[in-house]
Amino acid sequence: MKRGYRRLAATISLAAMAFMLAGCGDKMGVLNPKGAVGKEQLDLIIISTVLCLIVVVPTLVMAFWIAWKYRIKRKQKTDYQPEWSHNTKAEAFMWGIPLVVIIALASITAHYTYKLEPSKPLKAEAEPITIQVASLDWKWLFLYPEQGIATVNYLQFPDNVPVRFELTSDAPMNSFWIPQLGGQIYTMSGMKMKLHLIADEPGEYFGSGANFSGEHFGAMRFVAKATSQDEFDKWVQEVKNSSPALTKEGYDKLALPGVSDKQFFSSFPDGLFDWIVVKYGSGGHGGHADSSSEKGESHGHSEHSEAMVRTATASEEHAHHHD
Amino acid sequence: MWQNIKDFAADFFVTGDPLIYGADVAIVLTMAAIVFVLTYFKKWKWLWTEWLTTVDHKRIGIMYVIAALLMLFRGGVDALLMRTQLAFPNNEFLSPEHYNEIFTTHGVIMILFMAMPLMFGLFNLVVPLQIGARDVAFPFLNALSFWLFFWGAMLFNISFVIGGSPNSGWLAYPPLSGTMFNPGVGQDFYIWGIQISGIGSLMTGINFIVTILKMRAPGMKLMKMPMFTWSVLGSSLAIILAFPILTVTIALLFVDRYFGAHFFTLDGGGNPMMYINLIWMWGHPEVYIVILPAFGIYSEVVATFSRKKLFGYKSMVFAIMAISVVSFITWAHHFFTMGSGGDVNAFFAISTMIIAIPTGVKVFNWIFTMYKGKVSFETPMLWTVLGFIPCFVVGGMTGVMLSVAPADFQFHNSYFLIAHFHQTLIGGVVFGYIAGLIYWWPKVFGFKLNERLGKWSFWFWNIGFYVCFMPQYVVGLMGMTRRLSTYGWDTGWWELNFVSTIGAFLMGAGFLLQVWQILHSIKFMERDTTGDPWNGRTLEWSIPSPAPVYNFARIPHVEEMDDWWEQKKRRENGVAPKPLPPLEPIHMPKNSGIPFIKSFCWFVAGFGLVFDWLWMAIPGFIGVAVCMLAHSFNYDTDYYIPVEEIERTEAAARGAV
Repeated sequence: MKRGYRRLAATISLAAMAFMLAGCGDKMGVLNPKGAVGKEQLDLIIISTVLCLIVVVPTLVMAFWIAWKYRIKRKQKTDYQPEWSHNTKAEAFMWGIPLVVIIALASITAHYTYKLEPSKPLKAEAEPITIQVASLDWKWLFLYPEQGIATVNYLQFPDNVPVRFELTSDAPMNSFWIPQLGGQIYTMSGMKMKLHLIADEPGEYFGSGANFSGEHFGAMRFVAKATSQDEFDKWVQEVKNSSPALTKEGYDKLALPGVSDKQFFSSFPDGLFDWIVVKYGSGGHGGHADSSSEKGESHGHSEHSEAMVRTATASEEHAHHHD
Repeated sequence: MWQNIKDFAADFFVTGDPLIYGADVAIVLTMAAIVFVLTYFKKWKWLWTEWLTTVDHKRIGIMYVIAALLMLFRGGVDALLMRTQLAFPNNEFLSPEHYNEIFTTHGVIMILFMAMPLMFGLFNLVVPLQIGARDVAFPFLNALSFWLFFWGAMLFNISFVIGGSPNSGWLAYPPLSGTMFNPGVGQDFYIWGIQISGIGSLMTGINFIVTILKMRAPGMKLMKMPMFTWSVLGSSLAIILAFPILTVTIALLFVDRYFGAHFFTLDGGGNPMMYINLIWMWGHPEVYIVILPAFGIYSEVVATFSRKKLFGYKSMVFAIMAISVVSFITWAHHFFTMGSGGDVNAFFAISTMIIAIPTGVKVFNWIFTMYKGKVSFETPMLWTVLGFIPCFVVGGMTGVMLSVAPADFQFHNSYFLIAHFHQTLIGGVVFGYIAGLIYWWPKVFGFKLNERLGKWSFWFWNIGFYVCFMPQYVVGLMGMTRRLSTYGWDTGWWELNFVSTIGAFLMGAGFLLQVWQILHSIKFMERDTTGDPWNGRTLEWSIPSPAPVYNFARIPHVEEMDDWWEQKKRRENGVAPKPLPPLEPIHMPKNSGIPFIKSFCWFVAGFGLVFDWLWMAIPGFIGVAVCMLAHSFNYDTDYYIPVEEIERTEAAARGAV
């Protein structure tokens, strides 16, 4: 009977492993990083795993070994000591070993927390490119302020060039995540978030919204394509030549709830991103008071949303201090 | 007129999905069957006098457990529906809208309407017996807590067929849960279901703190308390500090939705981040609230089935209290990705890691309890040593990995996170409560559960667990995010999701085997006449099973830790037991219908507020007020059990020995 269970367990775990191996390769996301940020995060994942395993493996071995060794059906029971319930040395080790491991892990974590703070610019030779990101219901809008173009659910940038993402939301909060390049950051309305990523080699990377934002949240996927600078410039020119312009009315329509394919725009209204950031709770600021917002009317306390923008910026400046 | 009624019904009832129609039919048939059975066997009066009005902690405990198992079934069906949807890419089994409702109700039900009541059920069944008390400190309040939970849960569950379920996740982050994006009534069902049952949870916390601090048998010093009781104290302290935060947060959300205020809205100066902070200031302690009693159960089980004293009692107590305190300063690790900056993230990363230390100590203590013991593997021990320890150690390890803030940017909201918290909540909490239920079952019902079926269910649950959740760690690292209703072939996630679904169904089979185990045992298991079938250590095993209504004919005098074990040892060594003092009449609380009626009035008021029907809400609140008044002026709340009746009961119970 017992052997039957074991065989069942072995078969199932073997099958599971086979499936996992089948899934390996370019689909491995976090485990197959293609950018400096993602690589450091993977290092950190490996370091923390190893540190944990130092405690976990002996603990599990000890648990099973002791449970087996002192089973009631053993032959010699002379070592049975029903009163043995305290041993200062053993207890000191029990508290001490996890404490030491946690101190080690905590120092590494603190160090990396400042090093990998997402609002901190990356060190690289190339000048960074800025891309503005807005999560809408249920699509991603990408604005290229330096190139003057805009895209939906499609992202392209040169490889080996740091990308400075500025992020906000014109819908319930979401989270912008390209697993192969590095960790995610929330997109929130009334806030300007920062995230710095870089791609070390050309490729098409999977990106998605990681925070649930309503009915068709699952459709918020996009491609992040890293190419050479030349190819990127060519692509920008192509979008400029062959795509329609994004107007204010066009944006309002785009922001309505619904799903979308990839879209390309040769231009977008000046200051669109900042307008999205301040539109909630800003009465008459930035000359956009006349614009009809799709959801809810804007009135009341403008100080507040500005304060929030300031907070996000402040945390960036703060991160600078730790350089 | 007819058209109006039709329009109303189309809004009022959830329509358009064959699954829902099936459920409608099942609900109506079940209700009709219950009414028929109660009427046919003339059981209405029995139901009212013996159960609905009871203030006996043992019966309230049983009702909690039954309700929790029903909720486990509902939450489990939700889980299987989700896993079925995710078994194949581009599956159209559930629409995104329906899927969103299902993961929302799955989360709320499993935490608030399954784990919490199962935990409260075990509190009720065990704590008074373990500390040598005749009931909890406030029996009336205890009944009220149960019925508030019950009607709150009913209000939440009814949204399934009336009005529509909530669909913005188990913590209902605004602005998604605000009226701007969520105008339907589902979110209001969420608010009132949780509010009504939440008041009950808070009162239970107060009740058990007072019970443990004031009602212990003479001689049971705090440091001689059984470990389960300690864990209940730790959990209850966290409850009274955390649940008010939940109540206030949800109340503010209600004010936003109902009166158009702007606490958490996008416009008008609202700030959704405040909600996220507040809800996790409750939400994080909440997971420790449910796991601490599970730790207590493991401590009792390991000591009993190793036939040995619990190792490191003082360390254990200190660890429980440390966890209970530190759990309050870790909440921001649920949103490292919100851009709080390095200082905040580093602080919460480290405070989170610190919790791993006392938790690790507890695991070592359980292992050392087995050392030099005589370890046997009855089902409660199987769940503890082979189920819980490996599962929780691995789940704890991934928890520490998640606490590394910069790495969390890659884990957050992915299936890695899903796998982690299911591993701790199932491997830690559910396994623990199952172990506790099997362990104390003979005390509650007077017979053990069938071991063979129990082992079958154990293996199905455990193998199913690993098959279900191990692939989720991997698929999370591949980039699959939680709450995704479907995915494409191009993602490469299919195989792992398919395996995961198989595992989920294995766990479902484990649950069915447990139901079979219970039914089979009710019919075939022999009565336990000893009152102490496991050779237990603590006071609850010193009285007959099931315990008489007054629990202890004479309040025991405790001399040592594990007092019952020591008594048995003394008897074995030929030390004559001390002469028993004469019996005295026992002071007991009287049954009351008010908790049931008052909670039902809350249900009516809540339902009225959900639909914005003041004509229904106001009478509901008036009913609540009338019940309060009625109880305030009721002085006939207690009675004495005469000595002759105690003698008769004891003779009947002991006579069987």
